[in-house]
Amino acid sequence: MAYDYEKSIRPGKLPHIWCPGCGHGIAMKGLIRAMDTCGLDKNNTAIVSGIGCASRLPGYMDYCTLHTAHGRAAAFATGVKMAKPEMNVIVMGGDGDGTAIGGNHFIHACRRNIDMTYVIFNNFIYGMTGGQFSPCTPTGDKASTTPYGNPDPIFDISKLAIGAGATFVARTTAFHATQIDKLIAEGIKHKGMSVIEVLDDCPTTYGRRNKFRSVVDMMKRLKEIAVPVAAASKMTAEQLEGKVLTGVLYKEDKPEYCEQYAKVIAKAQGRAV
Amino acid sequence: MAKRTEIRFSGAGGQGLITAGIILAEAASIIEGKHAVQSQSYGPEARGGASKSEVIISDGPIDYPKATTVDACLAMTQESADKYANGIKKGGVLLLDSDFVKREPQGDFKTYKFPIIRTAKEDIGREIVGNVVALGAMVALTDVVSREAGEKAVLARVPEAFIELNKKAYNLGYDKVKELLK
Amino acid sequence: MAKKVALLQGNEVCAHAAVYAGAQFFGGYPITPSTEVAEVLSVELPKVGGKFIQMEDEIAAMASVIGASLTGAKSITATSGPGVSLKQELIGYACIAEIPCVIVNVMRGGPSTGMPTGPGQSDVQQARWGTHGDHAAIALAPSSCQEIFSETVRAFNLAEKYRMPVQVLYDEIVGHMRERIEFPEPGELEVIDRAKPTVAPEQYKPYDTSFGDVPPLAAFGSEYRFHVTGLNKAQDGFPTTKAELVDDEQRRQIRKVENETARADIEKNEEYLTEDAEIIVFAYGSIARSARYAVNELRKEGIKAGLFRPITLWPFPEKRVAALAKQAKAIVVAEMNLGQMVHEVERVSKGACTIAGVFRVDGEPINPGQIMDKVKEVR
Repeated sequence: MAYDYEKSIRPGKLPHIWCPGCGHGIAMKGLIRAMDTCGLDKNNTAIVSGIGCASRLPGYMDYCTLHTAHGRAAAFATGVKMAKPEMNVIVMGGDGDGTAIGGNHFIHACRRNIDMTYVIFNNFIYGMTGGQFSPCTPTGDKASTTPYGNPDPIFDISKLAIGAGATFVARTTAFHATQIDKLIAEGIKHKGMSVIEVLDDCPTTYGRRNKFRSVVDMMKRLKEIAVPVAAASKMTAEQLEGKVLTGVLYKEDKPEYCEQYAKVIAKAQGRAV
Repeated sequence: MAKRTEIRFSGAGGQGLITAGIILAEAASIIEGKHAVQSQSYGPEARGGASKSEVIISDGPIDYPKATTVDACLAMTQESADKYANGIKKGGVLLLDSDFVKREPQGDFKTYKFPIIRTAKEDIGREIVGNVVALGAMVALTDVVSREAGEKAVLARVPEAFIELNKKAYNLGYDKVKELLK
Repeated sequence: MAKKVALLQGNEVCAHAAVYAGAQFFGGYPITPSTEVAEVLSVELPKVGGKFIQMEDEIAAMASVIGASLTGAKSITATSGPGVSLKQELIGYACIAEIPCVIVNVMRGGPSTGMPTGPGQSDVQQARWGTHGDHAAIALAPSSCQEIFSETVRAFNLAEKYRMPVQVLYDEIVGHMRERIEFPEPGELEVIDRAKPTVAPEQYKPYDTSFGDVPPLAAFGSEYRFHVTGLNKAQDGFPTTKAELVDDEQRRQIRKVENETARADIEKNEEYLTEDAEIIVFAYGSIARSARYAVNELRKEGIKAGLFRPITLWPFPEKRVAALAKQAKAIVVAEMNLGQMVHEVERVSKGACTIAGVFRVDGEPINPGQIMDKVKEVR
């Protein structure tokens, strides 16, 4: 029997704004399945996004949804979670939103280890504004603002998250559709800051500038570069050149921020901690 | 018109003169029920530099919260004396730490002096209560609050273990000045 | 029983007033001269089960405040000029999404870092026009420590009642000076909570104008599920670009503050000896104290001076100032900037009397003598 996505979607809010061939739909379906698997109560779950193509997702979803300003999703979400720790908080958005204009909020949310699940749809480009390079656009690639090839080095979002203190970090791609929901579900169940990076594609503003003849080519590329963590351990540095690791990249148990603050409240009220 | 008294405490940052000003304002407003405003000037440095704290005390509501003509001024260091011992009204008073202020500000006011910090160090054994010695001295010099109100305000601010020390410091400063005024 | 009294800094008073008003969340970032507001709330909020968070920057602080408010928690942040500049984008978000919150701006000079430990009143137009786009604004300007208490409580009330950000603007002088304050008893000052929806969850629309110009706001995590966006939206909260819907929404959001009834509710002024005054001194915040002193001195000299002190700066008290302009020979505007509210006074006076300014930006307050000199000059 086909999976029923309709029950998670707000009636009348589709079609979405994404182009044919965009990977965001695949990532969104993964998110829907994950939230469903975890049995999240719609009234008690917030989905918070920033600005950009990916960030339009909350509007389609039948939860408490907050479409904020460019880059600020993690900071808004921190306010929601702190004020009501019993709520489940999903943060999501694109690579530019989360790691350029929102980079500071992203790393500090990781540092606090606040119990949120941040799903980044990394399509290597600013899509909504027409294809300017993002901190994740590969060096040398073309974007509307790198007509001679991108001179910038890139952020590795997952490494950034691990370095900043997130306690669950995973990565997959839109090609590996069935892995998306499993990793997001694991992130939701993890107590603390979880970051799940989903590499996907933007055929309209990235693919056509960078010699991808079709969406299929872009998907093939995602398949080629992905190496599961377990397999990578048996590969040489040369073999790993140009590859990205997928699966659960990091996991640890550390005190969660809202629980730590509950202790502050207890101390302030003179109760035993 | 309500009687308005303006008192300025100045010295080096970290000497506790802002606290001295706050205690005087508490003595006047909380203990004696008068109107009081305390304000201070800050530099970027937390310690050192010159710092000042002003207290306006009045029987009625206080409009302008800064000093206009100062009735009494304290200067604990040369730098603060140079910078802040001004605007003292005719017939006003200036109290100096005689160990540290060698070039005395000149004007149409009376100057009193004694080694405030040395008194704290030698007679009390703790340099840190220099500000409380100075506060006692300023209360004695101005009579703007009663001796008892000043003491009560000092003691309300200090931990149990330091009550005797501060009581001694306050009264020593008070008596030193009453002595000078004789 | 005698009331609790204390000698407190304006900033400390502001924090205690926030707790009195029912604040449950503070998100902030350290900045002189406002930091004591954060410091005191970090002590006081957890005592009442509230949350204090020091965020990574000013923008994040504002974002966290809006997020927290959406869960139903009364929320506040405190900052100073440069911090407000950084917060402006999200103040606009709170305007368009209609999320109640309080922003305290302890004003210093500027632009940029300016004089962080010196006073200023140069953010008063920023409070009105700082964020981009058309929007209404409410800003309150207390001039004493006791008034910081009552105006902070009122700021929360207005934020909750009109579903929008409200700014409390006071300068470094009032923020850092200490005065005796009497703590109001619980129930002594009115405390307003936001209107909650009364319709069934499936009928709820977050911008439903059938409930008037200020629709009830549900809380995240309640039985109501809804969408919030910074885009122009229809009454159901979802984005729209339909011209008539956008126009309706934009106009309503200004009308809800600027209609006659709302203005009468929000505007608050103090007048001192204006009844027969020939010269009106227009001053607010700490400078109103200098002005009052000056007015008393001028009266002693037989000059008919009076003080008009707006406690609500925005919306601007247009009608009353226009009436005073017709009555007086001149209005002297005294402010710690190089002329900001004076433009409003000129605008509403429509040439009915002479308008003169006393301006100062050197980090020192305008003293009574300066105001007296100007009054005598224009007399």
